[in-house]
Amino acid sequence: MKWSVFLPYLAVTAGVTYLIRMLPMTLFRKEIKSRFIRSFLTYIPYTVLGAMTFPDVLYSTGDMRTAICGVAVAVILAWRGRSLLTVALAACCAVALAQGALLLF
Amino acid sequence: MNKSFLQGIRHGLPIALGYLSVSFAFGMKALSAGLTVLQAVLISMTNLTSAGQVAALPLMAAGAPLAEMALTQLTINLRYALMSLSLSRKLDGSMGTLQRMIFSFANTDEIFAVASSQPGKVGKHYLYGLILTPWFGWTLGTLLGAAAGTLLPAFVRSALGIALYGMFLAIILPPARKWKPIRNVIAMAVLLSLCFRYIPGLNTVSPGFAIILCAVPAAALGAALYPAREEEQE
Repeated sequence: MKWSVFLPYLAVTAGVTYLIRMLPMTLFRKEIKSRFIRSFLTYIPYTVLGAMTFPDVLYSTGDMRTAICGVAVAVILAWRGRSLLTVALAACCAVALAQGALLLF
Repeated sequence: MNKSFLQGIRHGLPIALGYLSVSFAFGMKALSAGLTVLQAVLISMTNLTSAGQVAALPLMAAGAPLAEMALTQLTINLRYALMSLSLSRKLDGSMGTLQRMIFSFANTDEIFAVASSQPGKVGKHYLYGLILTPWFGWTLGTLLGAAAGTLLPAFVRSALGIALYGMFLAIILPPARKWKPIRNVIAMAVLLSLCFRYIPGLNTVSPGFAIILCAVPAAALGAALYPAREEEQE
């Protein structure tokens, strides 16, 4: 792509994305009084990640059967409180093993 | 080396690993949209957002107006405003205006999630450590995907695809096990998410906007039903 076309796009995407992230964190610094809003902000990370994980995770490996194996392993380990890296790697290994098993049988 | 900085690096590694695989796919996509390797890498270095970047590619390829590009990015990335607002409460005194301006650049879904799941307040050493390797991972993955996307065996690529989600589960499940309100708000958000994926009509809503429409009502209903106790907020 020509640089004269690309650079304005780069500036717009990077600029908009940065302002969305930067302004709320820089401008709102007071302790929030409202219990409702504090509760809302407490729950937001969990609802965002929940909505991002399901059902997308089932399509993350290209084969729903291997994805289900990966999710099962991740859920069991995460439920037991294992670290992020352990859960992520174990899920990848489960998917790789499931792919191997599907090739064999 | 500062101890919190090293802890941040350690917490950032699984994110970097996940990013490597996701940005790898982005790098390949960017090349097929007509970008050069350098252009693909520049986008990743300056944007650091998967959904926004992927959505930008067809707009660039089609020569869309800049206003449309801006509006698309605003919609897809609006969830970051909520995350920055939420995380703002977790930052300790070491995070002045300049530190906030630097750190917020890298407030991605995953970095936000890890930072907010830390006990108590978080400071600049931890946060700078936390964003360092994910930023490198995101950039490096894009470079590798753009330059050598076809060389990696397919089974490795698809196995890496689940890494990010494994991490999400590791973040949300331990508190969900402990606290019923968190369990319930997650269930509500997932239910809405399934509706936006499978119900005809609703499934035409763009992915970025759909996340907002799942997460905001679920969290709001949760806040109305179960006002959070202090220990859940720390």
